[in-house]
Amino acid sequence: MITAAVQEREHYLNESYGLKSWLLTKDHKRIALLYLFTITLFFAVGGVFATVIRIELITPSGNFVSSETYNKMFTMHGIVMIFFFLIPSIPAVLGNFFLPIMIGARDLAFPKINLLSWYLLVAGGLFAIFAMLAGGVDTGWTFYVPYSTGYSNTWVIATAIGIFIAGFSSILTGLNFIITVHTMRAPGMTWFRMPLFVWSQYATALIQVLGTPVLAVTIVLVFCERFFHIGIFDPALGGDPVLFQHLFWFYSHPAVYIMILPAMGVISELISTFSRKRVFGYEFVAFSSLAIAILGFLVWGHHLFVSTQSIYAGMIFSFLSYFVAIPSAIKVFNWTATLYKGSISYETPMLYAFGFIGLFTIGGLTGLFLACLGFDVHVTDTYFVVAHFHYIMVGGAIMGYLGGLHFWWPKMTGRMYPEGWAKLSALIIFLGFNLTFFPQFILGYLGMPRRYHTYPAEFQVLHVLSSAGASVLAVGYLLPFIYLMWSLKYGQIAGANPWGATGLEWQTASPPPKHNFEKTPIVTHEAYDYSAVIGSEVEVG
Amino acid sequence: MTQHVDSVKTYAAVFIALIILTVVTTAVAFVDLGPFSVVAALLIACGKMLLVALFFMHVRHSTRLTRLVLVGAVLWLGILIAFTLSDVFSRGWLGVPGR
Amino acid sequence: MADFAHAESLAVREQFDTAEQQKDASTLGMWIFLITEIMFFGGMFLAYTVYRAEYSYAFAVASSSMNVYFGAFNTVVLLCSSFTMVMAVRSAQLGLRKGTVVYLFLTLILGLAFLGVKVFEWSEKFREHHIPGMAGFHLDGVPPDQQGQAQLFFSLYFAMTGLHALHMIVGAGIVITLMYFAWKGKYTAEYMTPVDIGGLYWHFVDIIWIFLFPLLYLIDRHLGRYIL
Repeated sequence: MITAAVQEREHYLNESYGLKSWLLTKDHKRIALLYLFTITLFFAVGGVFATVIRIELITPSGNFVSSETYNKMFTMHGIVMIFFFLIPSIPAVLGNFFLPIMIGARDLAFPKINLLSWYLLVAGGLFAIFAMLAGGVDTGWTFYVPYSTGYSNTWVIATAIGIFIAGFSSILTGLNFIITVHTMRAPGMTWFRMPLFVWSQYATALIQVLGTPVLAVTIVLVFCERFFHIGIFDPALGGDPVLFQHLFWFYSHPAVYIMILPAMGVISELISTFSRKRVFGYEFVAFSSLAIAILGFLVWGHHLFVSTQSIYAGMIFSFLSYFVAIPSAIKVFNWTATLYKGSISYETPMLYAFGFIGLFTIGGLTGLFLACLGFDVHVTDTYFVVAHFHYIMVGGAIMGYLGGLHFWWPKMTGRMYPEGWAKLSALIIFLGFNLTFFPQFILGYLGMPRRYHTYPAEFQVLHVLSSAGASVLAVGYLLPFIYLMWSLKYGQIAGANPWGATGLEWQTASPPPKHNFEKTPIVTHEAYDYSAVIGSEVEVG
Repeated sequence: MTQHVDSVKTYAAVFIALIILTVVTTAVAFVDLGPFSVVAALLIACGKMLLVALFFMHVRHSTRLTRLVLVGAVLWLGILIAFTLSDVFSRGWLGVPGR
Repeated sequence: MADFAHAESLAVREQFDTAEQQKDASTLGMWIFLITEIMFFGGMFLAYTVYRAEYSYAFAVASSSMNVYFGAFNTVVLLCSSFTMVMAVRSAQLGLRKGTVVYLFLTLILGLAFLGVKVFEWSEKFREHHIPGMAGFHLDGVPPDQQGQAQLFFSLYFAMTGLHALHMIVGAGIVITLMYFAWKGKYTAEYMTPVDIGGLYWHFVDIIWIFLFPLLYLIDRHLGRYIL
């Protein structure tokens, strides 16, 4: 209907052209696309490492790669996926693009810093890639001392510098979001009218700002110890390797919430939009994000249960870890209650949302097993743990990311993705994921340790199942890559509000103009007020 | 834009107080206070920090939000240190090596 | 009002509606950045606390080997620089261009003086072989089985003061930039946010030193093990 108008109209994608207009852009929407491109690349790299791991594990003997190579593979898989894909994924792509629009702002508070943080991610990524090409790193993504500082003969320093730099990218993104939410809201956009995605991004930003510097200083200390040979954690001098673990997990446990909280925000948007209802218990869901951010800082010691951490501290950390279940459960129950008597439709983003709820619940509940001091000792460093965090990070965070990407794709590009293919790939991903990781729970419970490339023959069936699932999962991830690219040229033209959603981002054109809105919107409704959505839904096909 | 411009006199008074506290903390370090040496040193340092923050960094004229941010920062540093020390100090209680 | 509108058109970047919004965002931005700095140094303070609690004897002896007079002198130098910095901010608030430049210059000189003293102190450590990780490391007054613990102290000493000095160097760069733009007349009584937040950073680095001085130089001085 408005095809001609969309072609003619000036928007953020066609207001200027050329490489320079992208590499020097200060537009948060273009920077979001730069991030999208970058992290997709890193996802592919991390995927290659995962592929090698799964191929190796098809047979019980180590006949595909050597032990050294295998150590490097799981290390680099972890580093790339966590620091260069998952942590920037939703905040830096979807958050960057939509946080300002959702609160009715023209841009983030500090556009130049926003661009700088992308360059920092790229610079950090280059260090990491250099390290991988030069020979890789084999310490595990956790860099535990004293192995990383004194014994490993791999590229620890280059990788550490890469993560250090990427950390600053994360800090600056978080800082930018906090300031933007505080100072850039449109008239009438009160705190309790903000979409829940913005709340979750805000909570995430708090973790990024409070936690990441501690990782940075830990890396600096490891760097000093390895490079200048001064001992900070060196047991030979009386240093304490467990202190390293405290510092590392003070960041790295909350980092899990950097990955999952934004996904939860996306799910709140999806559930509300596709069931045509206000999110049940909006305030509780909003505050549960903050509660997760805060509680997330009080539980890091549950990663140290089998270290020399005092058993008494272990008890406290175990006890506190259970509390994270409360805000998480609030979210899951409120999403479910939102669905109740809703007018539910099953578009692709909603399929991802359903996938998220199921998989996150499994991941979360097995997290409770692991929070239990006694049980954890039994399954520490087994595939049970591997399965648990993949249910959270892949089943949770990546499902949320893909759901959000599909949901907002028409707004970002002005084109619809092909619904049929998208539904198919959502289904493939769900099945492939479960086939890959559910057997790992059983493997872990039976005693298969993580980070080994050989194993007793009786584990082979489960490992083969897992590897088969991984190849299904790979197909599921390849499909969106292909059809989303395809849709850029051939997708159906999207209207301003194809889903009949309520957020401010749907009240501007698709794709949005350079400054997001023709004139600053004035907000008079709470979020998810569907009586306020004017006009009928646009056909989706 | 509301700005508070403090008088030179205020700043000078704060500055002199800071110098005096520096002299005091150095002198006190040479006196045997037992375990209270650390307490005294940290109390004086906190006092100096408060003077710099409140006056030189204008926290006393700042918004509630800025103060919240500061309290939050101190609290989080407290969490990091207190929880880690809870481990370090209780490690020996069981009397079992490695526990 | 005309003046205000002028100031706004002069300095408000396109993403902001008003000059006040811009100032609020910049100031809050600096505070949040300082939080990250607190957590950054916090990790080192934690390491220090843990080791000092465990190895109090070696730490006391090692701390007593520091030259307390240099440390105290440097503290005074840094406090002076904080005073000149706050005077620079005040001058900028009042729109006094020359005063701003002069006070910023004094701040810079004092900051460089601090770094100069620091470099001298570090070189002294090299002469005394109090360098962690070096083959000839030896600290008098510490039994052989505690030499490692003394090394831990010096590792933390160098890491903490080194990181602090790095922040001072960045601060000096900021002060030079501010000086240049103040000289050019970019700042007015209405628009002096950069000077303001530059000042916040400088004072913050000062506060870090306020804690480093007693923690590194003043442990159990009264025991007099290593009086200079």
